Amino acid sequence: MKLLTANFLSCAVKACKSSPLSFPLHFREAELASKSVPYNPLLLSNLLPRLDWQALVTSSKELGFTLPDAKPELPLRSTTTTTTTANDDGDMNMDGGIGGGVSDEEEKTLRMLHKVLMETEVVEGKMVCGSCGFEYGIHQTVGNFLLPSHLV
Amino acid sequence: MPMRRQWVEVDEGSGVYGNPWMVMNKTISKTVVKFAKNLDPQDLNHHTQQHPAAISMYLQTSTFKNLRYTDCGTIKTNPRPIYETVAQRSITIRLFSSTIKMTSTGESLTPVSSLPPPMREYLIHFAQVHETFRKPELESLARLFNIDYEILQYSEKTPFARIALKSNEDAKTLISRSILAKAIYELWGTGTTYDEVHASVKSRTAHLWHLYKTCSFKFGFESFNGMRTESVKKELIESFSYVGFDGPIRMKNPDELFVIMEDYEAMSILDPERFAALKIDEKAETPSRNPTHLDEPHQVYFTRFLGKSSRTAIETYDLKKRNYIGTTSMDAELSLVTANMALVSPGKLAYDPFVGTGSFAVACAHFGAVTFGSDIDGRMIRGTKAGKSLRSNFEQYKIMDRYGDMFVSDLTNSPLGRFGAAGRSERIFDAIICDPPYGVREGLKVLGSRDPSRPKVPTIIDGIAQHTLKDFVPPKRPYSFDKMLNDIMNFASTHLVGNGRLCIWLPTADEDFNEFSIPAHRNLKLESVCVQNFNKWSRRLLTYTRYELDQDEPAADGEALPDATEETLDSVNAKLARTADALNPFRRKYFEGFKTPPSEE
Repeated sequence: MKLLTANFLSCAVKACKSSPLSFPLHFREAELASKSVPYNPLLLSNLLPRLDWQALVTSSKELGFTLPDAKPELPLRSTTTTTTTANDDGDMNMDGGIGGGVSDEEEKTLRMLHKVLMETEVVEGKMVCGSCGFEYGIHQTVGNFLLPSHLV
Repeated sequence: MPMRRQWVEVDEGSGVYGNPWMVMNKTISKTVVKFAKNLDPQDLNHHTQQHPAAISMYLQTSTFKNLRYTDCGTIKTNPRPIYETVAQRSITIRLFSSTIKMTSTGESLTPVSSLPPPMREYLIHFAQVHETFRKPELESLARLFNIDYEILQYSEKTPFARIALKSNEDAKTLISRSILAKAIYELWGTGTTYDEVHASVKSRTAHLWHLYKTCSFKFGFESFNGMRTESVKKELIESFSYVGFDGPIRMKNPDELFVIMEDYEAMSILDPERFAALKIDEKAETPSRNPTHLDEPHQVYFTRFLGKSSRTAIETYDLKKRNYIGTTSMDAELSLVTANMALVSPGKLAYDPFVGTGSFAVACAHFGAVTFGSDIDGRMIRGTKAGKSLRSNFEQYKIMDRYGDMFVSDLTNSPLGRFGAAGRSERIFDAIICDPPYGVREGLKVLGSRDPSRPKVPTIIDGIAQHTLKDFVPPKRPYSFDKMLNDIMNFASTHLVGNGRLCIWLPTADEDFNEFSIPAHRNLKLESVCVQNFNKWSRRLLTYTRYELDQDEPAADGEALPDATEETLDSVNAKLARTADALNPFRRKYFEGFKTPPSEE
């Protein structure tokens, strides 16, 4: 389970859908692994607008990462004009950096984001709903969101 | 309504790519166009009689932009195919245009400015497989790469298609990712006989020959539905010697590859008159002859190779060589085609809600997207043997940097979403791809108790709530296929970004396609329906585009279904039937061998 995915997930229990506490789920007893993958600024620039930043900051803190309080503002790049297909190795950095003019500070934030979103995984652990307290297990990186019949 | 007619006189000059549509664009862009307004139809006839080679077209479109090669069907005075006329170096092409829908701005008719820039003619060599998928795949790739194109000639019966594009670069890019095309070529000439081809090549490309005078080259030969002996091939290749290429012939890695392509007509599709005119003597049949096809090709193309497709990826992702597969894994070819239809590309996010062993996931990752997946059966994702898991496939193909996440969940109780707070966008995926379970091997299941009257309390045995145990398997209940489709449509509407795509595979018993009619949703525009036929059933790939904004009214091209609610479908079905068969007509038909039942049950 990556922090990226956790940013898209809420408690699956229907009664929790109206509760602001059901998102994000909170990591408990998380066992982390880190795997180096090529830096992909195109992906990051597409991801940024889709991230719920406050939730990401919360989840990151639970796993021991510190992100800035405010979402970094970066110029958008379109994916439709990209003609280069992905390489099997090396960076998928087609045109240099995002939008050309990225400051050192922003670059640092992006590298941090890459590490947090794409390189860090919870291998074993739990995700807990802040509203109903239901615990979802994570086993071999695979989260289990199936509910017992009294909750569906 | 006042009719407005125009003559457009077009000087062809020595253009290379002599399709009249393109000639017109090219020439008009140079503004060598003369308008003779309010011309009488009598004059039209007069002109075409005076100049036999001239073509007259009657266009029922408001601007020239809408003129298509297929409009040749409306040629009034000269029934010959247009390319012939052009090949004969006709200097003048006359277009008779009628603009019927003229309004108050009618006085300043300016079709010229709305024309696309000049285009050139290319030939695509398709694989003769999955024919109904070929054109939608091509259209999807054109959309993905933002390439202007016009299909000039396409038939599912032949692997050869003609297309107009702006540049060689566009041609190479468009085909580079195709799975169902083999390659794309610059079209130098075409005709129904070799004489015509030679005339066409000479008139279109004579001024280009010097460019290839010294480079190394090779001639190739492709025949569809026909055969030539090696000596005849050699002869035919040598008949092109007038192009005067003096460079070395290299069989391996030549600088330029020229290919002669022959298309042989199937006899079965000939109309009887034509068949009689060919005077085929059944008894005089030579042993070498292909009995179902004519001896001579009905269309010949001479082409220069530009670029090949991604068809070799089929081999790379071959299921036989894949580390971990399941009984229902989608084959590599159709998985990759589906990823193309979904416009998957680097930097995008793709999701498969019925990921299984991850056939679509690896296909999407191959094309650069970060891929997510879920399945109600966690054993499918994790695998049951060590080293055999969905993840191991990503490792095998070295695409781990595009492994998003896989998790265990049920579409009806999906954790995907940001509940509880307004203003949190849930539209996160660029593509949703799925081959939902058909419920044949085991009935369709979702979470829940089979008995709806069962009280909603945790099951406690020996003081332990059973669902807190590590090996707890939650109960599941049968589920209707229609309900599942509705859930998928609603899910896609909620989670796709604007212009994101949904691709669904749908099984159908051929006799009752209506029973599985195409699902619709007001926020999803149906792009294409492709069919793969099996013996007694078929499956269809449906592709939808998510509108940028939520639609209030039902979409024009389909009736919108109401959003699925527990009351409308689920509870009614659940009350009526609790068995997999009753909820899933496809499964029932499958086990009945797709026979029509004698009477209604």
